[in-house]
Amino acid sequence: MMYRVLLRGRGDLTEWRDAARAYLAAGIAPDRVEWRTMDDTDGLFGLDGNQLPAPVDKPVTQGVPPAFLKLAASVICHSDPTRFSLLYRMLFRMAHGRNFLGMATDPDVVAANRVSKSIGRDYHKMTAFVRFKEIPLPEGVAGRRRFVSWFEPDHFIIDRVAPFFQRRFNDMDWLIVTPRGSASWDGETLRTSDEPAEKPDLRDDTDDLWRTYYANIFNPARLKVKMMMSEMPKKYWKNLPEAELIPGMIASAEASVIEMGRKAASEPLAFHHRIQEAAARVPMPEGPTAGTIEALREEARRCTRCDLHCMATQTVFGEGPVNAKVMIVGEQPGDQEDLAGRPFVGPAGKVFNEAVSAAGIDRTQFYITNAVKHFKYEPRGKRRIHQKPNMGEVQQCRWWLVQELDLVQPKLVVAMGATALFSLTEMRHKLEDVRGRPIAMENGRMLFVTVHPSYLLRIPNEGRKAEEVARFKEDIVAIGRLAS
Amino acid sequence: MKKSLKERLAILSDAAKYDASCASSGTSKRDSSVSGGLGSTEGSGICHAYAPDGRCISLLKILMTNFCIYDCAYCINRSSSNVERARFTPEEVIWLTLEFYRRNYIEGLFLSSGIIRSSDHTMGDMVRIARELRTVHNFRGYIHLKTIPEASQQLIEEAGLYADRLSINIELPTDAGISQFAPEKRPANIRRSMGDLRLKIEEMRDPTLQTKRRKRFAPAGQSTQMIVGADGANDATILGTSARLYGSYSLKRVYYSAFSPIPDSSKTLPLIKPPLMREHRLYQADWLYRFYGFEIGEITASTENGMLDLDLDPKLAWALGNRDKFPVDVNRADKETLLRVPGFGTKTVGAILSSRRFRKLRLEDLKRLSVSLKKVQPFITCEGWTPRKLADRADLRSMFQPKPEQLSLL
Repeated sequence: MMYRVLLRGRGDLTEWRDAARAYLAAGIAPDRVEWRTMDDTDGLFGLDGNQLPAPVDKPVTQGVPPAFLKLAASVICHSDPTRFSLLYRMLFRMAHGRNFLGMATDPDVVAANRVSKSIGRDYHKMTAFVRFKEIPLPEGVAGRRRFVSWFEPDHFIIDRVAPFFQRRFNDMDWLIVTPRGSASWDGETLRTSDEPAEKPDLRDDTDDLWRTYYANIFNPARLKVKMMMSEMPKKYWKNLPEAELIPGMIASAEASVIEMGRKAASEPLAFHHRIQEAAARVPMPEGPTAGTIEALREEARRCTRCDLHCMATQTVFGEGPVNAKVMIVGEQPGDQEDLAGRPFVGPAGKVFNEAVSAAGIDRTQFYITNAVKHFKYEPRGKRRIHQKPNMGEVQQCRWWLVQELDLVQPKLVVAMGATALFSLTEMRHKLEDVRGRPIAMENGRMLFVTVHPSYLLRIPNEGRKAEEVARFKEDIVAIGRLAS
Repeated sequence: MKKSLKERLAILSDAAKYDASCASSGTSKRDSSVSGGLGSTEGSGICHAYAPDGRCISLLKILMTNFCIYDCAYCINRSSSNVERARFTPEEVIWLTLEFYRRNYIEGLFLSSGIIRSSDHTMGDMVRIARELRTVHNFRGYIHLKTIPEASQQLIEEAGLYADRLSINIELPTDAGISQFAPEKRPANIRRSMGDLRLKIEEMRDPTLQTKRRKRFAPAGQSTQMIVGADGANDATILGTSARLYGSYSLKRVYYSAFSPIPDSSKTLPLIKPPLMREHRLYQADWLYRFYGFEIGEITASTENGMLDLDLDPKLAWALGNRDKFPVDVNRADKETLLRVPGFGTKTVGAILSSRRFRKLRLEDLKRLSVSLKKVQPFITCEGWTPRKLADRADLRSMFQPKPEQLSLL
């Protein structure tokens, strides 16, 4: 026999769920149930006419996945009359088979997802296109401000969307009336009803300011009417105060662009000339005295000797006491140094700091700098991958390193890594051949060579890494000894 | 005579429309149901209206003032332009934001400004507006503040406490372009500001030892904008700059704005039809970089003169230039490979991965996912389908090219 069930069908999941449970428990196949709503039968039989099957002894008691209930709660809001049978068919299939919701290409899943998507869209458009109009309080009455809106959703979504408006418009009273129900908020209770409402007569002067904004934020040179129509279809226009301007804006767009083109560029007003003159009069701030490390740092800030400056954030100049006995020279700043503008503050800097404090040395007594003062990198995904500076870049940047050496006059210069060594000696030694012992330089200065701490971070083998870290720490201890 | 609020709103929104960003998404979720007050943000933004230019209107996008001491050639508000000038008081901006918000016209405020007197003075007024919206009016909607590179660090930090998003426009992709068209702007300062902002956002994001709670600081991150077609930079240069900015400063978005004729335009820049298709292709390429695992170099490798193909979307153009990578087996390929198939978006790929656990997929299955079979067929194999000769056809490109339009006789 065929069963017929009549529902109110205004977006309430429970009435469908109760009926569906009873049919499912009795094992009634989907093609034997006819789902109707009050509206499409004029309520001829009334809800009492529902033919529910007699309860059975051994009901099918398989749990329903929460994802299905969530989907059903959305699908049920749709105005498509086939929504109930679609959901019941899915429920029945799930109870007698496996959970197939993940099978995105199953025709029922496709249909349910499509319906749910249109509910999502209707919900979203309602949050977007509701326009509140203020109902002024009677004169002399103080209290919460009151707003009313008329909106025409496609589906039964009032219950679903009302909490959104409560979360957003907390400090004012509001009422939204629609042909599919209404919702209101008075600061304490959110009320909803599924009874159809009539369109009220509303007006609000602020709409005029909104229209002014709408007309002026529009760029007539970029007319894309189709795009607007797909996102803001005409069916919404009658309740949008700004929509009455649209035909005129489209019609005059081309003319206004042509008008812009026709006008020859005008001569600037006096205002502009006054500003330019004033700007020219501003004296350059007095810089640090020439020949000091501060002056050199200031000059290096504007360095354009090679192209790296366009890619990097800033010049990372050396730092430390100008009378330091030891100057540490690394390769180039990394990601963190580039952002902070200070040398050795990133991961390699951390390794260096640990070695230095393990040796009982105060880092601040060193003058610390790099062979190349701008960060060279390759963007990869959301990160920057360090790139070795080339010979040309190292040679250009030696300009600064030589002057740093002249001003600081260190007793001992430490080259960390091959780039620093090359920059300081212009020779390409194998690091291992010269590492770990003082080498005499000109002016009675000593050079000490060790690895760059970032090398230690790149060793994959933990055992070898520990060995190399220990060697690096020994080198730092040796540096401490040579410095004293 | 002083202009009315309405007249000034007209001037100061007209002056703000060349900023492409109108996003109100990606910030922390919050609402006024417990705290009281007004406003909420729910993850995804809401477009409250669309103008006939197809752009979404989500925020009240206005300038505090369009008086400006800078003379950037591409800008409607440059000091040498004769556009009408106006300014709002901070109170007026606050009033407009709240009244527009209450009527559900907008998601919040996007406030920018011409530079008047000094950078700190301008930035100070902007910060004051954001602060009063938050603290006096308990406004919990979205706030986007344009920051001024030369403003003091202290003001920028305060701005981050109240705003969801902060942005600085780089405007042109190369330093040379900036010094040519925006002589007062210093590219190095812009980069430093972006770097400072990234460090600050990361510092505040790290939970502290005492509270474990993260402090709110520009939760929707920072963004920037580049004008397309004002200077001679090609797409490869523009996208290279984007990659650099994303990688260096963790930007949430780089916006591309087709250079568009402005009233009283400068003599140095011609009035052109805005290159809208080029702008669209750049956004597509940007998407491939951010969500599809493409490197910029891959996207621009096969382009001519570093310009993206205007006829074909960049993923399709890449696939046609890398035929050896295809066809891809829909039933076995990993996610990264599927994402590179022209015609598959992230959602389709998700649906494929989840569906193929149930059974081997056929063309009909893809069709039910609303995939354009015509587009994907040459690039995939699936149950019951191999492209055979289709994938090797020399004229594959022409199958995708738009039909040539008949020239009109005039």
